[in-house]
Amino acid sequence: MSDHWQVAEELLLRPSDVGMDQIQEALGQMLTRQVDYADLYFEYTRRESFSLEEGRIQGGSYGIDSGVGVRAVSGDKTGFAYSDELVPAALLESARNARAIAVSGSSGSVPVLSRNQAPKPLYDPVDPIASLSDQAKVRLLEIVDAEAREADPRVTEVMANLTGTYKAVLVAGSDGRLVTDIRPLIRINVEVIVAEGDNRQQGMAGGGARAGYDWLDEATVRGYAREAVRQALVNLEADDAPAGTMDVVLGAGWPGILLHEAIGHGLEGDFNRKETSAFSGRIGEKVASEQCTVVDDGTIEDRRGSLTVDDEGEPTQRTVLIENGILKGYMQDSTNARLMGMVPTGNGRRESYAHRPMPRMTNTYMENGSYDPGEIIASVDKGLYATQFSGGQVDITSGKFVFSASEAYLIENGRITKPVKGATLIGNGPDVLTRVGMVGNDKALDSGIGTCGKEGQSVPVGVGQPTVLINGLTVGGTQ
Amino acid sequence: MTASIDNEALAGRLLERARAHGADQAEVGVQGASGLTAAVRLGEVDTLEYHRDKECSLTVFIDQAKGSATTTDFSEASLEATAEKACALARRTSPDPANGLADPAHLAGNIPDLDLDHPAELGPEEAIERARACEEAARGVDTRITNSEGGEFSWMRATLAYANSHGFSGAYSETQFGVYAAVVASDERGMQRDFWFSSACDLEDLEDPAEVGRRSGERSVRRLGARPIATTKVPVLYEGPVAASLLGHLVSAVRGPSLYRGASFLAGRAGERIFAPGITIREEPLRPKGLGSAPFDGEGVATRNRDLVAEGVLTGYCLDSYSARKLGMESTGNAGGVHNLHLVPGERDPQQLLREMGTGLLVTELIGFGVNNVTGDYSRGAAGFWVENGEIAYPVEEITIAGNLESMFADIAAVGNDLRMRSNVCSPSVLIGQMTVAGQ
Repeated sequence: MSDHWQVAEELLLRPSDVGMDQIQEALGQMLTRQVDYADLYFEYTRRESFSLEEGRIQGGSYGIDSGVGVRAVSGDKTGFAYSDELVPAALLESARNARAIAVSGSSGSVPVLSRNQAPKPLYDPVDPIASLSDQAKVRLLEIVDAEAREADPRVTEVMANLTGTYKAVLVAGSDGRLVTDIRPLIRINVEVIVAEGDNRQQGMAGGGARAGYDWLDEATVRGYAREAVRQALVNLEADDAPAGTMDVVLGAGWPGILLHEAIGHGLEGDFNRKETSAFSGRIGEKVASEQCTVVDDGTIEDRRGSLTVDDEGEPTQRTVLIENGILKGYMQDSTNARLMGMVPTGNGRRESYAHRPMPRMTNTYMENGSYDPGEIIASVDKGLYATQFSGGQVDITSGKFVFSASEAYLIENGRITKPVKGATLIGNGPDVLTRVGMVGNDKALDSGIGTCGKEGQSVPVGVGQPTVLINGLTVGGTQ
Repeated sequence: MTASIDNEALAGRLLERARAHGADQAEVGVQGASGLTAAVRLGEVDTLEYHRDKECSLTVFIDQAKGSATTTDFSEASLEATAEKACALARRTSPDPANGLADPAHLAGNIPDLDLDHPAELGPEEAIERARACEEAARGVDTRITNSEGGEFSWMRATLAYANSHGFSGAYSETQFGVYAAVVASDERGMQRDFWFSSACDLEDLEDPAEVGRRSGERSVRRLGARPIATTKVPVLYEGPVAASLLGHLVSAVRGPSLYRGASFLAGRAGERIFAPGITIREEPLRPKGLGSAPFDGEGVATRNRDLVAEGVLTGYCLDSYSARKLGMESTGNAGGVHNLHLVPGERDPQQLLREMGTGLLVTELIGFGVNNVTGDYSRGAAGFWVENGEIAYPVEEITIAGNLESMFADIAAVGNDLRMRSNVCSPSVLIGQMTVAGQ
């Protein structure tokens, strides 16, 4: 762990003349008002990206951003300011702005900051950008291009992108906490276009992790290329999707985005404190079939959605959201937990120092049930089997969610028949899981491609599930 | 203003450094912004957020290969590292004959003053007061408004400077003010939430916060009791704010990268009638006080007002210099996107359009991302109202509306007179002849 502190101080404090004295002073300054809690979030981010198109390395980009977010919380009020200049004067000005939220009167003093005993890191503190030579990074993209074009002559265009991010954070809180984390993040994305006559279709695949680029071996990236081509070719054969209510089987892995949209957002602490969620006040109630157990787990090694500590310095954990159909808990940051009399669950996340933390998901998935996936398909007379999705969205208050299938098939008489395109699924979060008919035994997590947006902030997340049958979901096609 | 002068000077110094590291051509963008957002919830202050951002981005070309780097640290040491990194990256990428700065002949010669800078640095108390007035009016609309996500007021001021090694250097400042409320209505059937906002470049032009709030409250209440309908094919009336999303899909389909990749259902279609006759879609970068106005684009190219769609005919595309070269065309001044794109309003008000539709669906909200740019296939989650004989019958939700953008564009039967220019892409209400509505 001493490595982490050295790196954090090297990147965040040393170049800026900000030391522990200034941090202590800024926190102390906020506590001269009636403030319940104040914190400083120092962040350094280095990001690099290479892109390929038309068989050429089309561009390379690189950027560095560092700064400090300063927050004062008084009751349910939050004052927030940030600076991209890590100098003592800017830090103190931000502290004065943030504390303006609170009325005069003192909240006591800040205990002497001491380094917290951090949990065991869930990922190595590697700098992905330095983990591989530029030639080797470019080579990975060229392999993707060659593999996709070899896979099928109908491939007309291949676009690939490789991105690595290295982030160091340091959180100092008015309760004396001092926490650091070094976070690598990588992602490769492959998009192909195939054409047969006038019929053009696209396919996408990719993966990522909190690791160096060595996580992406040649076989893995070749697999992504073939997968993108396979999806695009399926859609060349696809008919327009049906419209109406029918049984829907969701494949294992990435289709867990259903849980993220339909259930996850509605169980974030802020919406429940404000009672604007369709799940507000429903802990202890049955919200799903007994076969369903859904968790949010920020502690899975190397996953893009995982964090050793969240952006408020709380260790992440495995939080049971739904257990055997019963709603068990919410995902909390420290502010909402305090206001609701609950404990933080390590879900306080933020896009950067320039954004306020709020309750966010980490890796959200459904645990295994008992059915064989083949058995689940065979049970459906007429329905839809959806295995890939391009995205989804939810209205937290009404509970209505929607998500769009990028690969789906009709099921007729218990057999998968022809592919269909353009299927959108829509439903109601609080009751969709009550209509889960069968849960498979083939749980999988996504390949590391998820990014979640909330109130203008994007953070990497993971999803997963086994094969799941939902009895009666509205499919929004045209036929 | 001094910030623009400083930023132009900074851009000039960075161009020098890029040249020293071997760049044949280089361009620099410098952006700075500051602002305040005040949010009130249930009458009490919820958050106060002070914003202050700056960023400098450099793109270099060496032997027609490209490298880019950005930094938020404007120290000389950081600028030097940025120039070095961008040049190093350009030596790792492949040459592309389409790469390079904009054609010097296209660069903005003189930079028009579009009246975009109306600074009014309201303090926290004034901002809170406006946010509170907005939320209070929203909550006061109906006793069934039982909860609130809050009211918000914000201002921001930004300075954008751009310079390139052709000798172009320009800068301008712009301001933006916004007021917003989202409240929750509830009854025994459940909760509904909606919102409304106003946004303007000049505080003087911002709608009265109480008026914005009142509309927001009305929109939440009228959704109470929403239910699905049976699957059917009917005409669909898009309310202005959701109709604007159709223009967004049009832009995605006529952007350079979609075209040269063959990833658009509109590739190669310029000059053809794509929309119903009578439809005109105008881009107005030079509109005074426009929220999307810009005297030059992201490459210094002079912007000009034009009809992207004239009387139903797609007149051209949205191109930057790179895409234009790929396609053998000329830049349309759209590096960085479109500017004040809007569908030119018709004569009839939304009530008249409801009567014209007769029986069908009025859509007031769309969710999800079910639009395929390659094929034009369209299927999105929707909420709105079932309309019978020109009258709103009841609210609906948990449905999708589906079709194909190409046929939807051709099937626009009427356009309303209710255009509000409150964001960069805007539309009045749009009536589409027939779509598939999927429900129970």
